[in-house]
Amino acid sequence: MAEKIIELRNVTKAYGDNVVIEDMSFYVKKGEFITFLGPSGCGKTTTLRMIAGFDLPTSGKILLNGQDISQFPPNKRPVNTVFQRYALFPHLNVFENIAFGLRCKKVVNTYENDKGERYTKKEKLTKKEISEKVKKALALVDLEGFEKRSISTLSGGQQQRVAIARAVVNEPEILLLDEPLGALDLKMRKEMQLELKEIHRRLGITFIYVTHDQEEALTMSDTIVVMADGVVQQIGTPKGIYDEPANTFVADFIGESNIMNGTVTGDKKVRFCGKTFSCLDEFEVNELVDVVVRPEDLKMCPPGEGALKGEVLSVVFKGIHYEITVKVGKYELIVQSTESRNVGEQIGLNIAPDGIHLMKPKYTSNIFDGVITKRNTVEFADGEFECDVTKLYPGSHLDEEDYLITAEGEKLDLTGTEVTVEVGLNDITISDDEEAGGTTGHIISIIYKGDHYRLIVRTEESEEDFVFSTDDLWNENDYVSVIIPKEKIKLTLKHTEEKKR
Amino acid sequence: MKLPRFTRKSLCIPYAVFLVFFVIVPMLVIVFYAFTDQNNNISFSNFIKFFSDPTKLSTIVYSLVIALVTTVICLLIAYPIACILARSKLKKKFVILMLFVVPMWINFVLRINALREIFNLLASIPSEGDWWGSWLTGANYFKTVVGMVYDFLPFMILPLYTTMMKIDNSLYEASADLGGNALTAFTRITLPLSMPGIMSGVTMVFLPSMTNYVVSDMLGNAKVTIIGKFISNYFGNDWHMGSMVALVLLVIVFVSTWLSGGFKAEDNVRGTNL
Repeated sequence: MAEKIIELRNVTKAYGDNVVIEDMSFYVKKGEFITFLGPSGCGKTTTLRMIAGFDLPTSGKILLNGQDISQFPPNKRPVNTVFQRYALFPHLNVFENIAFGLRCKKVVNTYENDKGERYTKKEKLTKKEISEKVKKALALVDLEGFEKRSISTLSGGQQQRVAIARAVVNEPEILLLDEPLGALDLKMRKEMQLELKEIHRRLGITFIYVTHDQEEALTMSDTIVVMADGVVQQIGTPKGIYDEPANTFVADFIGESNIMNGTVTGDKKVRFCGKTFSCLDEFEVNELVDVVVRPEDLKMCPPGEGALKGEVLSVVFKGIHYEITVKVGKYELIVQSTESRNVGEQIGLNIAPDGIHLMKPKYTSNIFDGVITKRNTVEFADGEFECDVTKLYPGSHLDEEDYLITAEGEKLDLTGTEVTVEVGLNDITISDDEEAGGTTGHIISIIYKGDHYRLIVRTEESEEDFVFSTDDLWNENDYVSVIIPKEKIKLTLKHTEEKKR
Repeated sequence: MKLPRFTRKSLCIPYAVFLVFFVIVPMLVIVFYAFTDQNNNISFSNFIKFFSDPTKLSTIVYSLVIALVTTVICLLIAYPIACILARSKLKKKFVILMLFVVPMWINFVLRINALREIFNLLASIPSEGDWWGSWLTGANYFKTVVGMVYDFLPFMILPLYTTMMKIDNSLYEASADLGGNALTAFTRITLPLSMPGIMSGVTMVFLPSMTNYVVSDMLGNAKVTIIGKFISNYFGNDWHMGSMVALVLLVIVFVSTWLSGGFKAEDNVRGTNL
């Protein structure tokens, strides 16, 4: 096993109250091409900037070869960065841009004096050494003869190459690349992907690459770190992550997927879409699971022969394959196939056991910390909801002054009582009307689960998440209010000893 | 008859008229006066008289020295401040910047008057043998320079601040990433990239401080004569000599602008360095 070159231990980064990275731990092996992959705002760039030294972690350690470097300034770290928009020095030519790091560098040279004693001297690199190194770096990125060119005369792709040369010329232990190909067009990007891979192979140093493009990550990396919301979701090889996504977020983010709710019915048996299938994952019987089926694992067959039967809703040609949407009962499934079908045609579908991936659902209900108010409502998640406080004490009722009378006849004022609030996944609805519900927030995630959507609404101030299912189509970032019927709010006392008279 | 069509070119007419009447014609008049004598005959006598008169030459040297000292002091004060303001993450830095600029909105004669009163007040501070008071009263060049720095400082800060604001923070990150320390960042990024701002500020301070004789008159007890004063004096009785001095000034300005690279279009910051 290769040694760890860099390791993050419980790293947290917060800007004020805003936690961007939460208790992140992982390591990178020497010589690896590792990619941080995630949607924008997931914390991948912040993680990279902490490794580079531009941002310092709020807590936790960053170890480079076992040494804690988390508080070192960038110029004291043996890492170099290829910046998102290159950050080339506009007033210097190509040669001077690449030589910048070399001119800052001092090397220890050993000399022998007349008496044969050896001594060392810290010296700057000589002109000849610098010019040789620059030449080699330019050759590496195929820009021989560009030394005298000014940066403004270069194309985007050439600037990209200069940026790479400027970083690798310093022979860093780790090269950090922050979405380096984001500004290039598709064709250029594909070429640069292969070239970067080749540079990685030739230099043999560790590459840490940041991207939001899952295809780029799958093409280039040895290891992928999937991030969302400042938390690592899964670490694995591209194939491992694609074939065995750890949760529905990863399944949804990496490649296309059909995600459905299922129930485990027996040993390696799962029921979804109204049928029972054999699978390879073991779960307890009767456990609710998320089922992920990749579109290419759905095999079309004549109607009547397959486990599922459905009607073709749409066919889209995608170049190499067709993307076919099939309506099976109330579910809509996406199928990828090299064969086409006609819209309206009845077809059968089969899934092999290894095409079915089961995962523990991340959310089974919503739990919040709440406080009972004077009006016998409950406050949580930046809002106030009506609730039935009598459920807190079995057999209790409210008197005419809204005091709670327990079964024993004790009179209680519940104001300020801390409670745990539980709301089921199917008990929440949302509305455009900001006044309609108890609290408001933005939709931060939408995952299609075959016959319904799984939404997450996050409130603005305390950033509490409401997870629920809905049949309606919403848009990410919509500002909505959250409605929960009074009888669906389940309350439990937090501290039973805190009964107040 | 066809009516003349209104085109984009027509938009230039007002400026072209202005240019002819206020720039080209006056220039020609100055050149004409400079090279003619009292009887309007062409002559080089003014030219010869000017360059053979030590007092005239020394006035020019004094003006240059005053302007140079003023410019250097302005630069020394403005550069660090502009640097700090441009790179600080302060949300209210606009307010700080305004504090430097607001004095420009107050009448300049009033401000110089106020400064003179302050100097008078300071000079009245008693000292042994009144060395301080007599020194300050007689320190005409010193007071002139202080007044000019006070007056022209905003013209130095603003272009410096604008150019420094345009320097992308990622360049500093790149410099640190490549192993550069704070000194490297300053000498290899801040300084070269703020050069257009320095040039612009220098021109905007240097030129007026050679000619703005209101400051030298009011603070220098009329003992300090700079080129501007000189020209103004001559235009009282000898337009021909005055024109010659003005022409010499023009040549000095042209040469200094050319030397500072102010004619290079690409480095121009808001066109202020011409």
